Amino acid sequence: MSATVYIPREATALSLGAQSVARALAEEAARRQDAVQIVRTGSRGLFWLEPMLEVATSAARVAYGPVQAADVAGLFEAGFLTGGKHRLNLGPVESIPYLKNQERLTCGRLGVIDPVNLDDYRAHGGYAGLTNALAMEPAAIVKAVTDSGLRGRGGAAFPTGIKWKTVHDAPGAKKYIVCNADEGDSGTFSDRLLMEGDPFCLIEGMTIAGLAVGATSGYVYLRCEYPHAQDTMTQAIATAYAAGYLGADVLGSGRAFELQLRMGAGAYICGEETSLLESLEGRRGQIRFKPPLPALKGLFGCPTVVNNVISFASVPIILERGAQFYKDYGMGRSRGSLPIQLAGNIARGGLVERAFGVTLRELLYDYGGGTRSGRPIRAVQVGGPLGAYWPESKFDTPVDYEAFAGGGGMLGHGGIVVFDDTVDMAAQARYAMEFCAIESCGKCTPCRIGSTRGVEVIDRLVAGDRTAMQQTLLRDLCDTMLNGSLCALGGLTPYPVLSALDYFPEDFSTPAALQAAKR
Amino acid sequence: MSERKRVTIPIRVEPGTDLPAAERTAVLEAVNQNRALEGSLLPILHAIQDRLGWIPPRTLPLIAYELNLTRAEVHGVVTFYHYFRQHPPGKQVIYLCRAEACQAVGAVSLEAHAKRALGIDFHGTSGDGRYTLEPVYCLGNCASGPSLMIDRELYGRMTPERFDDLIAADAAGATSAAATSAGATRA
Ligand SMILES: Cc1cc2nc3c(=O)[nH]c(=O)nc-3n(C[C@H](O)[C@H](O)[C@H](O)COP(=O)(O)O)c2cc1C
Ligand code: SF4
Ligand code: FES
Repeated sequence: MSATVYIPREATALSLGAQSVARALAEEAARRQDAVQIVRTGSRGLFWLEPMLEVATSAARVAYGPVQAADVAGLFEAGFLTGGKHRLNLGPVESIPYLKNQERLTCGRLGVIDPVNLDDYRAHGGYAGLTNALAMEPAAIVKAVTDSGLRGRGGAAFPTGIKWKTVHDAPGAKKYIVCNADEGDSGTFSDRLLMEGDPFCLIEGMTIAGLAVGATSGYVYLRCEYPHAQDTMTQAIATAYAAGYLGADVLGSGRAFELQLRMGAGAYICGEETSLLESLEGRRGQIRFKPPLPALKGLFGCPTVVNNVISFASVPIILERGAQFYKDYGMGRSRGSLPIQLAGNIARGGLVERAFGVTLRELLYDYGGGTRSGRPIRAVQVGGPLGAYWPESKFDTPVDYEAFAGGGGMLGHGGIVVFDDTVDMAAQARYAMEFCAIESCGKCTPCRIGSTRGVEVIDRLVAGDRTAMQQTLLRDLCDTMLNGSLCALGGLTPYPVLSALDYFPEDFSTPAALQAAKR
Repeated sequence: MSERKRVTIPIRVEPGTDLPAAERTAVLEAVNQNRALEGSLLPILHAIQDRLGWIPPRTLPLIAYELNLTRAEVHGVVTFYHYFRQHPPGKQVIYLCRAEACQAVGAVSLEAHAKRALGIDFHGTSGDGRYTLEPVYCLGNCASGPSLMIDRELYGRMTPERFDDLIAADAAGATSAAATSAGATRA
């Protein structure tokens, strides 16, 4: 009998040694003349257990991790091919509490299937949504997405169905579907995990979008920092074309949908949708004025849907199970589930997909297990580099767009970066300004110049140079950036800066600053 | 109305004729393979950099000529994107993550260590021509940082010691296999 072992081909697992484990496994199996079939998968997103391998037993898939190449011989000795006992045996993978207590609506196939095997995808419910969509009127598809309550997962949380309706209603012979896979926020990796673990799901979601709005052409704009996702997406797109899921006649329906992968070139601002469109058109990624909205005049001046990877990837299940099914998850106006990413100094980092409503505290402690360093959590930054730094007093905030905004924060793309008590919040505030200076597209002055001035002011403040004045100056500068910037890079950089200053003022008073204050 | 006789004045010779052969070929092949794409400039620049490791400034006139753009437009694009290089890199480019999630687990001291160990600052190339050090703002490995990428290989939970081991192993030729396979998979 041949045993099947699953090992991720996903980037984080690889960064922790998955390739050597796979190699050692194949060698050891050959040496023992055991028939072992190795299937390369995406990652489940339980990163502290990576490289994690799974063995198919008659009862369930049993997990072992974290495995290093040196453990492989011992695993064979322990009979791991039949789920044998070993210190790395984690039991049935689906019973690991971190995973068991999730609501994986969008990310259900991650780590389960071979990401580039279409049969595997279909065997796990793949393309059921497209099949339903092909039997529906475009307007009915748009309505299903609207009714599901899905809001954009890229950061701005705009209702996806309303955006699609605008493009659907817009006149135009040519329309485009653009997937924003620029995932620039530090602390986020759900787009990457989805593309590396379940690329057909994204392709299916974009194809459904094409049917819904009458677009026959699509692009995935992927950041060049993601070479593994590039490989998986390239393979998956070619496979989908070969099987008739993409091309001039999608599944014999007579409707066309062409899809191309395009690589970014290391510019954070190209995650902003108008800048992304400029980049796709072959220009500098500078922000466009809005209006006109991309939905009306987007790529090459045509009506364009721009959505995040997770937004598109959430569409197939909505079309498969119905809008109401999706809408039944969540709280308030945040419907469905969010793939949350636990990052930074966290003991159990990874992907936690939960319906909206779970609190920050549950995520940080019940799932995350506190810091990796074992020290107390001092601050978290949610929503990427433009998100506020929050202290412990905010940890009971539920994951909900309105609750976060109400607390002066932003849920963004759902990344949570954890810092322990060794963090220097003045350094974090300075970095926020520095990052803005490095990544500014240069179109408007508050951001282009303000960010550099911001670094200087913080330097003087921390050095204790006329601190009261510098504080006033910094707040005034933040006010200008907040209100005077053309886009959210300049407009939101004040959030991490001011939150650091407001919640952690002690970090801005070095001994020198204290002395200066006394004088 | 009388037909005016048209005279074509060759006001411009085709630029790029004096380029090194490798650069000229790289540009022309990149252009020819991607010319039909909508918004072809970024794919073309990627193709050139994949092949040469950088985009030599002296190739810009030829790129511009082939695409019917101005030199200023091409220059503007090349210089806007952090990833495109206008200087030749070392044999390997080390992309070191500077972003928040990696900061939370020691990226700042790793950065200082890497600069010291290689004797270079960001964007610099070591004296022996082996390494170029580049900052990167997140590699999507934020739960397992500090992270760095060498060519297309990602490394997590990096420490100064592991960094030294990596460099030592590379000096011993251990990662040369990885480097070739990385080059081969570049799409
Ligand atoms: C500075 C900046 C960076 C952004 N980066 C991203 C990104 O990396 N990925 C993303 O999906 N959206 C990003 N956005 C949001 C996009 O502009 C846009 O709202 C989103 O792609 C729309 O898709 P959604 O409605 O599905 O979220 C960014 C916005 C700003 C202002
Ligand atoms: S805020 Fe910054 S990134 Fe946004 S348009 Fe202005 S200069 Fe460009
Ligand atoms: S912050 Fe370093 S990999 Fe994301």
